[in-house]
Amino acid sequence: MADSSFDVVVIGAGPGGYVAAIRAAQLGFNTACIDRRGPPGGTCLNVGCIPSKALLQSSHHYEDATKHFADHGISVGKVGFDLDKMLARKQKVVNDNTKGVEFLFKKNKITYIVGEAKITAPGQLSVGSDKISAKHIIIATGSDVTPLPGVEIDEKQIVSSTGALELTKVPGHLVVIGAGVIGLELGSVWHRLGAKVTVVEYLDRVLPTNDGEVSKQAQRIFEKQGLEFKLGTKVTGAKLGKKDVTLSLEPAAGGAATELVADVVLVAIGRRPYTTNLGLENVGIAVDKRGFIPVDAHFQTSVPGIYAIGDVIGGAMLAHKAEDEGVALAEILAGQHGHVNYNAIPGVVYTWPEVAAVGKSEEQLKAEGVAYKVGKFPFTANSRARANGDTDGFVKILADAATDEVLGCHIIGPSAGDLIGEVVLGMEFRAAAEDIARTCHAHPGLAEAVKEAALGVAGRAIHL
Amino acid sequence: MSTDIKVPTLGESVTEATVAKWFKQVGDSVAADEPLVELETDKVTVEVPAPAAGVLSDIMAKVGDTVGVGAVLGAIGAGSGAPAKKPEAAAPAATVPPKPVAGPAPIQPAAANKGDIASPAAAKLMAESNLSSVAGTGKDGRVTKGDVLNTLASPAPAPSAPRAPRAEDPREERVKMTRLRKRIAERLKEAQNTAAMLTTFNEVDMTALNAARAQYKDGFEKKHGVKLGFMSFFVKACVTALKEWPAVNAEIDGDELVYKNFYDIGVAVGTPNGLVVPVVRDCDTLSFAEVEKTIGNYGKKARDGKLAIEDMTGGTFTISNGGVYGSLMSTPILNPPQSGILGMHKTQMRPMVMPDGKIEARPMMYLALSYDHRVIDGREAVSFLVRVKECIEDPQRILLDM
Repeated sequence: MADSSFDVVVIGAGPGGYVAAIRAAQLGFNTACIDRRGPPGGTCLNVGCIPSKALLQSSHHYEDATKHFADHGISVGKVGFDLDKMLARKQKVVNDNTKGVEFLFKKNKITYIVGEAKITAPGQLSVGSDKISAKHIIIATGSDVTPLPGVEIDEKQIVSSTGALELTKVPGHLVVIGAGVIGLELGSVWHRLGAKVTVVEYLDRVLPTNDGEVSKQAQRIFEKQGLEFKLGTKVTGAKLGKKDVTLSLEPAAGGAATELVADVVLVAIGRRPYTTNLGLENVGIAVDKRGFIPVDAHFQTSVPGIYAIGDVIGGAMLAHKAEDEGVALAEILAGQHGHVNYNAIPGVVYTWPEVAAVGKSEEQLKAEGVAYKVGKFPFTANSRARANGDTDGFVKILADAATDEVLGCHIIGPSAGDLIGEVVLGMEFRAAAEDIARTCHAHPGLAEAVKEAALGVAGRAIHL
Repeated sequence: MSTDIKVPTLGESVTEATVAKWFKQVGDSVAADEPLVELETDKVTVEVPAPAAGVLSDIMAKVGDTVGVGAVLGAIGAGSGAPAKKPEAAAPAATVPPKPVAGPAPIQPAAANKGDIASPAAAKLMAESNLSSVAGTGKDGRVTKGDVLNTLASPAPAPSAPRAPRAEDPREERVKMTRLRKRIAERLKEAQNTAAMLTTFNEVDMTALNAARAQYKDGFEKKHGVKLGFMSFFVKACVTALKEWPAVNAEIDGDELVYKNFYDIGVAVGTPNGLVVPVVRDCDTLSFAEVEKTIGNYGKKARDGKLAIEDMTGGTFTISNGGVYGSLMSTPILNPPQSGILGMHKTQMRPMVMPDGKIEARPMMYLALSYDHRVIDGREAVSFLVRVKECIEDPQRILLDM
């Protein structure tokens, strides 16, 4: 490979990195992308979003077959599953996607380098023994699992999300530490496949960053499904047995310790920025106290010519947020006006029912002293949801009391992650709730619940 | 790929401009829409933005040059040039070979202004509040519901900005309008804004009327105690004509025409405070003497300022006489909600061609009928006026209802 020179070099081929590289190439930059994993796609494609969605889909089918087919008059006798096959399918989905990104690199004439990149000086990197010079360096190294002191991950008995996607057999008792997105999604997968699942959460509610009403409803629904929750509880330590793990628990506020025995423990308390071996010290870039790389409004670090996007700079640690930042940065480098609207970034939990949110929660609006109106519509009143037999949940829209502008939307229900799209688009255009209410929605559709919630803001839902 | 910088449309009938100033030099990197060069015309100074991002590679029109609309001012090369310092920043542009652009490079608007687009809720509110334009703060200037609500909440009138009070001029005298004048003004505008108003004219030979008056003047006054004037004749003539052309005595109410079978005719009286129109009730039942007496009483009351509201409401037709002031011809304004008004004017000797072809000096008066065309059609209006003329020219017609 020897020495080479590029206009733009992206470190990290996750959603932030590979999208930034493709956009840069589209804009005429001679671009390279470096990743140490091998297959591109980062955490998302390889050990995150994609494999978890594949398993969620497979386990969802199994759940439907065993629990819901009978309602439809379908008899299937004894339904079983082959976990190896399920995992193999998951891996195929991952491989197809990573191959897809490789193809996109080729199509856009982006040089893809496998290796660990280290910044050696402004505009200079090394990958192994090769030296690369770049006019612009984009750091998109993403994030890694946050460890829990006392509960060391071995990816066998105590696993992170990576290990949880590879369990060779369904655990008898899976204890999930952390009731956030990852914990609930992976907990759902193994519960559907037959595991007893207990979720231990330090804070007093599940999905702590979501709207409070949604968190409450989510907990109720998942408990009905059979998941158990221990909220306001912290895990202080883990003892590995031959075939099991004994966790010591304590109330978060302090108090008597208890024990909980699990076959497998999933540590899902969060993710932290990854900058190991990046060479930041060589150029004087200091990370903040939580490990994130500080950047200005144009994603530039403290060193001219070196930029950063995605999970490594903090904010919502979401693939689509990283992608939008990648596009914005590439456009900024091309002299255009690149911009990310952080007020309209949706967040989705791919359990079933799904949970989706965009904008502010009621708690946030109250804290900010903003006067708002609420429109809420339950899926039990949506004819499509009834026909599908999927009526858990509701749509909630929050709008400014004076101008009716949509400030937030929170959905728990079937396909919430897709339904939220129209509200995100609306918020981009500073839509009023009335605008959504006056837009035609196909019938019979789940999206009508969004329309009715919008009508509800004005107190005039038709179907409630 | 090189992009031309072209002279944009400069405005109505402006075909050329002078290059006043370049904001960037060759070799400087430019952002899309960044102002590059200033052009001066007779009417206005215009900034030309960069049509694309890149490096300013060429300046073709120098300061002082005259350029026409569409002329090429310069060119932008691709690449992210170094911040405007060294000329070697042209090097990045060189690594990407400039491709000739087919066709004119469109000058992109800085932020596309979509101020004429309103969201569904905003559009509904605007239509209901009769707002034709609202400043938009939404994406690309679109009008949001909040924008419309804010416009409605703020007291500033949308159609015309409040006029700054005129500076006091020592040569001017300001007098507050009296309530009467204000009311008259309102009603005049109301009439004009509502009715489809126009005027038809005719002329009347006053010879016969004058002869009748001359003949019976003294006897009339002795018997009835009131002078025999013109008005009684005209009022009676109008009654005859109104009976024959009832549309002129009608009124429009919503989508109905109200035909009135009574004849309350207002007779306009000028007072120092303004024109007032007291109504002579049931003129078809009154004798000439009673008409003259009623008009006389009203005149006195008007001069004394003692006319009551009841005196002036409910008329079905109005007669106005501008002739007393010398007017030869005029187009009176309707007295709403009436549909017709007869204007009388100054009688003046004019040479007229008689039936036998001879020319004689005759006392002539122009008559005007202003009417609401929504209620009265042309034929009716003209025929009405002809009838009035005929009755004046031959007062026996009033007697015989001919």
